[in-house]
Amino acid sequence: MHLNIQQLIANGPVLVDGAWGTEFQKWGLAAGDCADAWNLERPERVEGVGRAYVEAGSRVILTNTFRANRVALAGYGLARDVAEINRAGVEISRRAAGDRAQVFGLIGPSGKLLLTKEVSEGELCDAFLEQARVLAVSGADALIVETMSDLAEARLAVAAARATGLPVVACMSFDSGRNKDRTMMGATPEQAARELTAAGADVVGANCGQGIEGYVGICRRMRAATNRPIWITPNAGLPEFEGGRAVYKTTAAEFAAAAPGLVTAGAAFVGGCCGTTPEFIRALARTLSESTGPNLACA
Amino acid sequence: MTVFDELQQAIINGQAALAKELTKKGLDSGKKPRDFFPNAIIPAMDEVGRRMRECEFFIPEVLIAARASRAATDLLRPLLVGDEAVQAAGVVVCGTVKGDLHDIGKNIVAMMLESAGFRIVDLGVDVAPEKIVQAVKDENANVVALSALLTTTMVNMKGSIEALKAAGLRDKVKILVGGAPVTDAWANSIGADGYGKDAPAAVELARRLAATA
Repeated sequence: MHLNIQQLIANGPVLVDGAWGTEFQKWGLAAGDCADAWNLERPERVEGVGRAYVEAGSRVILTNTFRANRVALAGYGLARDVAEINRAGVEISRRAAGDRAQVFGLIGPSGKLLLTKEVSEGELCDAFLEQARVLAVSGADALIVETMSDLAEARLAVAAARATGLPVVACMSFDSGRNKDRTMMGATPEQAARELTAAGADVVGANCGQGIEGYVGICRRMRAATNRPIWITPNAGLPEFEGGRAVYKTTAAEFAAAAPGLVTAGAAFVGGCCGTTPEFIRALARTLSESTGPNLACA
Repeated sequence: MTVFDELQQAIINGQAALAKELTKKGLDSGKKPRDFFPNAIIPAMDEVGRRMRECEFFIPEVLIAARASRAATDLLRPLLVGDEAVQAAGVVVCGTVKGDLHDIGKNIVAMMLESAGFRIVDLGVDVAPEKIVQAVKDENANVVALSALLTTTMVNMKGSIEALKAAGLRDKVKILVGGAPVTDAWANSIGADGYGKDAPAAVELARRLAATA
């Protein structure tokens, strides 16, 4: 039986996880290194991050497979390890989730532009299909396409994810334009919501790119443009740079304080992206249970 | 509208086929190949840069305009003779620094620089300092443009500048840096000549620096 998204969100907003990559950096991952390779090299560390999110209250956790498509992994010389990295990613998140959380298999962008023909539609299709299949057969409950800037690429990834028959979440990253309400490629929240819905996504939304405040308005605009549930996972603000290191300045308390605004704006799934930690998820869990009552869907 | 005005509009609108046609038309009517640059191509790309800065254009519009500009310059460059051909705006060696595989920003800057009349030597991603030194020597470059997206790889910009110093080439080139984590303060602290916060800013800076290199 496939996961039923409507059932999952029936009792109020579902708390998802926070960042994995910025957590790995605390455990010694150098920022130039491929975090996904840790599924094979340091599985205990990856599981530790997933487990910390489940313990903090996440009812959905993702897999550590953001770059685990053939095109992106090729840059690290790891294109041959697509299957192994994705399979391990699902297994690790499954162990961390136990029976307390759902595991959503993560598909991220290729890092190449279709528009300049750095990569073809066919290549992207093949790469996303390959990754989606492995995530699905390894036991993911649903798939999530996220941090996308180009709607053309996002549509290809959603189509590939849908081919598995699993529910599909699709998120774009809004980090551009005067009001930070455009993707890098210029898509608006309305365009994203409409086109991702038309592509067949079961949940649409936004992640990364900026802090939580800006996503309240984007959430409202997406909500008005689609009948699909909305997923929002912002960063812990925009990074500031101190001595060459990225520092996210938003605190867990500040982040959580803004979360009810997201729920009011229509978010059905709430969590965090870059710079957020299990502490953020604990704070979110407290705030959301105060304002809406606990979601017992997965309890 | 003159043919230069029409070509300028076609480039801004990203109409590659029309840009090519207008370039031919201009050449047929006796315009000199070199006159297309200051009168149509460069002002067009300046306007594209302005619209990008004003958030009227996003990356797709910029890339399509750059493609239209290339349709014109591909016809014109073989027709430039002698000094005209050599006297491009400058020669830029560009690349994403060692350890970093992100190239979308670098590629966009390279396309914009090319449209602005620079000759581009693109070394790709994960570029070791020695490779930059070699390219500056081989290509007789006067500008080096370094890109990094990651906070931990941006330190390798400094390594590249040190390598150019050690090779005795530092005074021969102007160095500009860019990428999401890069700031003016960072550019100063590593001894770069300037920082471009976006592609149009990088082009403006490259022009200014190349004029003094």
